[in-house]
Amino acid sequence: MKKDLVIIGGGPAGMAAAVAAYEAGIKDILILERDNALGGILRQCIHNGFGLHRFGEELTGPEYAYRYEKMVNELGIPYMLDTMVIEVSADKVVTAMNRENGIFSIQAGAVILAMGCRERPKGALNIAGARPAGIFTAGTAQKFVNMKGYMPGREVVILGSGDIGLIMARRMTLEGAKVKAVCELMPYSGGLARNIEQCLNDFNIPLHLSHTVVNIHGRERLEGVTIARVDENRRPIKESEEYIPCDTLLLSCGLIPENELTKGAGIALDRVTGGASVNGERETEIEGIFACGNVLHVHDLVDYVSEESAIAGKAAARYILGNSNKEISITLCTDGRVRYTVPQRLTEVADTSVYFRVADVYRDAKIVVRDGDRVIISKKKQRLAPAEMEKVELTKDVIASLSGGELSFSIEI
Amino acid sequence: MAKERLLTCIVCPRGCQMKVLLSDEGAPISVEGNFCKRGVTYANDECTNPKRTVTSTVRCKSGAVVSVKTDTTIPKGMMFEVMAEINGVIAPDEVSIGDIVIANVCGTGANVVATSNTK
Ligand code: SF4
Repeated sequence: MKKDLVIIGGGPAGMAAAVAAYEAGIKDILILERDNALGGILRQCIHNGFGLHRFGEELTGPEYAYRYEKMVNELGIPYMLDTMVIEVSADKVVTAMNRENGIFSIQAGAVILAMGCRERPKGALNIAGARPAGIFTAGTAQKFVNMKGYMPGREVVILGSGDIGLIMARRMTLEGAKVKAVCELMPYSGGLARNIEQCLNDFNIPLHLSHTVVNIHGRERLEGVTIARVDENRRPIKESEEYIPCDTLLLSCGLIPENELTKGAGIALDRVTGGASVNGERETEIEGIFACGNVLHVHDLVDYVSEESAIAGKAAARYILGNSNKEISITLCTDGRVRYTVPQRLTEVADTSVYFRVADVYRDAKIVVRDGDRVIISKKKQRLAPAEMEKVELTKDVIASLSGGELSFSIEI
Repeated sequence: MAKERLLTCIVCPRGCQMKVLLSDEGAPISVEGNFCKRGVTYANDECTNPKRTVTSTVRCKSGAVVSVKTDTTIPKGMMFEVMAEINGVIAPDEVSIGDIVIANVCGTGANVVATSNTK
């Protein structure tokens, strides 16, 4: 089989990329989705707060996904469900399998990687004690409650203050569970301020910063956890230990881009984002293979996933039509306070939004972008936090005026 | 003496930290720290009649689960009452986005509408 464009993943990123590529003139597209419906993780994110940027109104996750599903269907863009991609090669051969066709290969003109991310699994956490039933990632609990209608437990402790954990604290409280505490290892929250407010404060759920779970109790079913404060080196302080009885522990300790296929294709990953290193068009180091959405770097807002995926979709279309060009080669550098940027490099003179995250909470700070010694952008910020993705706009005139091969991003206090 | 109240605006993901000056009667006099005017509306509501949107799920006769939301905000203090009514209904087997599952839930004036499709 041959296809101009193969998109791996039918979540918000894959759908937005498909729509943008179609509108840019590529009709021979195939979306491959491993689940039994389009929509990706949004299908289980039944809370609202999606779409304010993209559609100018507040939507729930399934509603946001449906807007794109409708566009895909109206444009007649083909997709295959229940189809697992097992390999992508550097020369753009995509190998996939499903029950109907068995294993099959597609030679693609271009590939867009849009596999999303997954939760940091509990095996990766170093917590003493047994592994009784009742320990779930927040996303698994979300799937149980929102898609299957089962409550995983009644008395809950949440480790990690990522947004999914906060959202689940509210969700389970509304369904009658008692959420006893949210423990966050870091001295600041991993989730958005609005979620602390509406998911925890609204229900008087305590958020313990600089706290972690040090022991898990129970043999068959979870009976309780021991939590403790941590010192500045994140080592638990013995004297501060406290036992909390509970039957459920939710883990909300961050998301990791799901890049097995990317690695298999021999594409280098950015050590900080865990996703591919890309140029402004979201093209990886292999020409014609693009990446967008949470597989590239974890976003706070699906609206930005859609925006980024449209860039990748358009760029893939231009690549297929032979219209892409590489005029420059500029590397974006960071100072450590800025942990990473996406894109990581610029190869074209075009208006570009640069997204990044910071390493710590900074108050009354400045985002500074320099070309050598020349300050190009200096933007004051009251507050910068790791949980909140930042954006800087580079106009094409600014990019055309750059002297060096490097552009540096820093935070100055 | 006027009092001060610190609020996090929850209207959009920016989450502005706002300072609200309140009169003795608890009425908002001024709002600071909001990036846009929706923050002022939120602060006024939050200090006088706080409101929230409720999202949840309902089961269909077939056993399938459909997600729902209140189509406007409801008084914050009524969230659990609204949840009880949502958990008391069974939706028909064929539901589409926007279909009313409960009209005027708990007399709030808000409808509970489907946010996903059964298929
Ligand atoms: S004040 Fe405006 S910008 Fe700030 S959080 Fe509220 S709605 Fe968003």
